[in-house]
Amino acid sequence: MAIIIDENTNVLVMGITGRQASFHTKQMLAYGTKIVAGCTPGKGGVEVEGIPVYNTVREACEKHRIDASVIFVPAPATKDAALENLEAGVKVVVIVTEGVPVYDEIEIVAYAKSKGAYVLGPNTFGIVSGGKCKMGIPPNQYFIKGEVGVVARSGTLTYEIVGNLTANGLGQSTVVGMGGDRAVGLTFIDVLKLFEKDDQTKAVVMIGEIGGNNEEIAAEYIKEMTKPVIAFIAGKSAPPGKRMGHAGAIIERGKGTYQGKVEALTAAGAKVAPLTFDVPQLVKEALGIK
Amino acid sequence: MKMFEYMGKELFAKFGLPVPKGRMVTNPEDAEKVAAEIGGPCVVKSQVLSGKRGKAGGIKFPNTPEEAKKAAEEVLSMTIQGLPVECVLVEEKLQIDKELYLSITVDGSAKQAVMIASAYGGMDIEDQPEEYIIKRHIDPNLGLQPFVARDVVRKMGIPLNSPQGKEIVKIMQLLYKICIEKDAELVEINPLVYSGDRVIAADSKVTIDDDAMFRMKDLPFVDDKSPAERAAADLGLSFVELEGDIAVMANGAGITMGTLDTLQAFGGTPRNFLDCGGGTGREATAKALEILLGLKPKGLFINIFGGITRCDDVANAFKDVYEARGGYPVPVVIRLVGTNQEAGREILKSIGIEAFDFMEDGARRIIELIK
Repeated sequence: MAIIIDENTNVLVMGITGRQASFHTKQMLAYGTKIVAGCTPGKGGVEVEGIPVYNTVREACEKHRIDASVIFVPAPATKDAALENLEAGVKVVVIVTEGVPVYDEIEIVAYAKSKGAYVLGPNTFGIVSGGKCKMGIPPNQYFIKGEVGVVARSGTLTYEIVGNLTANGLGQSTVVGMGGDRAVGLTFIDVLKLFEKDDQTKAVVMIGEIGGNNEEIAAEYIKEMTKPVIAFIAGKSAPPGKRMGHAGAIIERGKGTYQGKVEALTAAGAKVAPLTFDVPQLVKEALGIK
Repeated sequence: MKMFEYMGKELFAKFGLPVPKGRMVTNPEDAEKVAAEIGGPCVVKSQVLSGKRGKAGGIKFPNTPEEAKKAAEEVLSMTIQGLPVECVLVEEKLQIDKELYLSITVDGSAKQAVMIASAYGGMDIEDQPEEYIIKRHIDPNLGLQPFVARDVVRKMGIPLNSPQGKEIVKIMQLLYKICIEKDAELVEINPLVYSGDRVIAADSKVTIDDDAMFRMKDLPFVDDKSPAERAAADLGLSFVELEGDIAVMANGAGITMGTLDTLQAFGGTPRNFLDCGGGTGREATAKALEILLGLKPKGLFINIFGGITRCDDVANAFKDVYEARGGYPVPVVIRLVGTNQEAGREILKSIGIEAFDFMEDGARRIIELIK
């Protein structure tokens, strides 16, 4: 099974003619991703890595079934690109771009909700269903097929932990990057619900960080889950962060600290790994592997 | 980007939001002039990007233009929380009948803007009980409609048919307009005051989304960072100085935090947080290494798990600095894996450096080396 994407997902690469996008198109193809089309306004008619490029997403959708798009366009053009894909009916939109204005993000996320689509990012490394399909930028060799679902905010921290899992023979069903920005499409709870329903997934690794209250909200759902959850929270050693006027402090009211998150998750029955490389052992224990 | 109070108030005035009469000045003579124009008791407020200006003596209440001149002279020679006062705002002194609180900010968890309002504003807003603080999320499809503002005013306990109630409904809508049109991630008025029949923004706190600066060309630029932070920000990197002795470079905020956590767990102390993620190229990475060496650490730990960041770019940058300086002045440990890993390691080998595979091994090694 896996969640959100699999070996049958037809993928479009938005901005495919760009330097980063063409490099990662090659990497995604090497992983086995079924990329069927690319789109760059004004560059229609050319090919990148053998993939046909179209001027608009609608045009690509007339020629191909597009299940998911991965966006690599510059930040000022990202809102337009994301809305174009959602409006054309694409149900999974992965936005790799970082530096997108927060009010653009809010608009994208609200529109996706009205269309019943998933948005990953902005500022996500992407999503990988182990051995089946990769959308985004993670290095291929660390992501293998298996039974562990992984959900995270931060990219490189995920590579770090997934790399450790793979080195310990623990493959992944799907690794989901929600994105590191303030307003992103998915929350931990959305993804945990999908993993709970997924047959292939036997345990879930949740990679959070200090700030916000997403992890605390997720803890409420973890109480109901039948599958084991192993969490890692980055930022234990971070000095108290900067805050925005009084408003940030008022919203959070003491939430968002390392200690608060660990307590909420532990009380919900999750196992919290003190350091990144403690994760594989906790996963093995949860799965009954020696 | 944080704006000075006077800039925020100029922005408010441009949008039709009521602010006190007054002007920003940079010398005592101009302060005297503005006070004479106002013609009555004034306030002279230091303009620095920090709170607690009042407690530091940075706000004075002169009654005459001569007193205003003297007050400005004093305040302009002050340093508040390490920040020199370079300008002051001279304003009419308001008769304050009541202080309220009003702000709009982005709530990432809700993926929406949220308006926060209280009929009990002023210095102690953070200590007010939860029931006095009204929070209302703003549906981005609707914007801040008048009915939303009316409902918040009702919950604040303010009569909707009062002149003040009607005025606050208008102010709330203007505040949201500023957020959307100016990409403000925070707009805060504390206090919003009743002054006779008028409702006036007695203070302003505005933060513009750094990511939106490309389309905010008409706003004044405020440099709100320390020199090292500025140097890193100019390279597109986020950087925070800490107290320890191991300089750290990693790629991505999460792994950088994870690296600091690991060093600390093994008994090391990080000198900084530096996230050089997001496909930072060779040249920028080399400059970032120079910033780190400029901190005079006892050791340097580089922890790269390349995704969009390419290991060969990092290795080349490391080599560039090595060659330019004829070696590194302190012990260095590099953990290098991910995209273009083999190419990166070959480059490091050419200058005699063996990269580590795992973060924990690298972290242990650098701590040993600086003992």
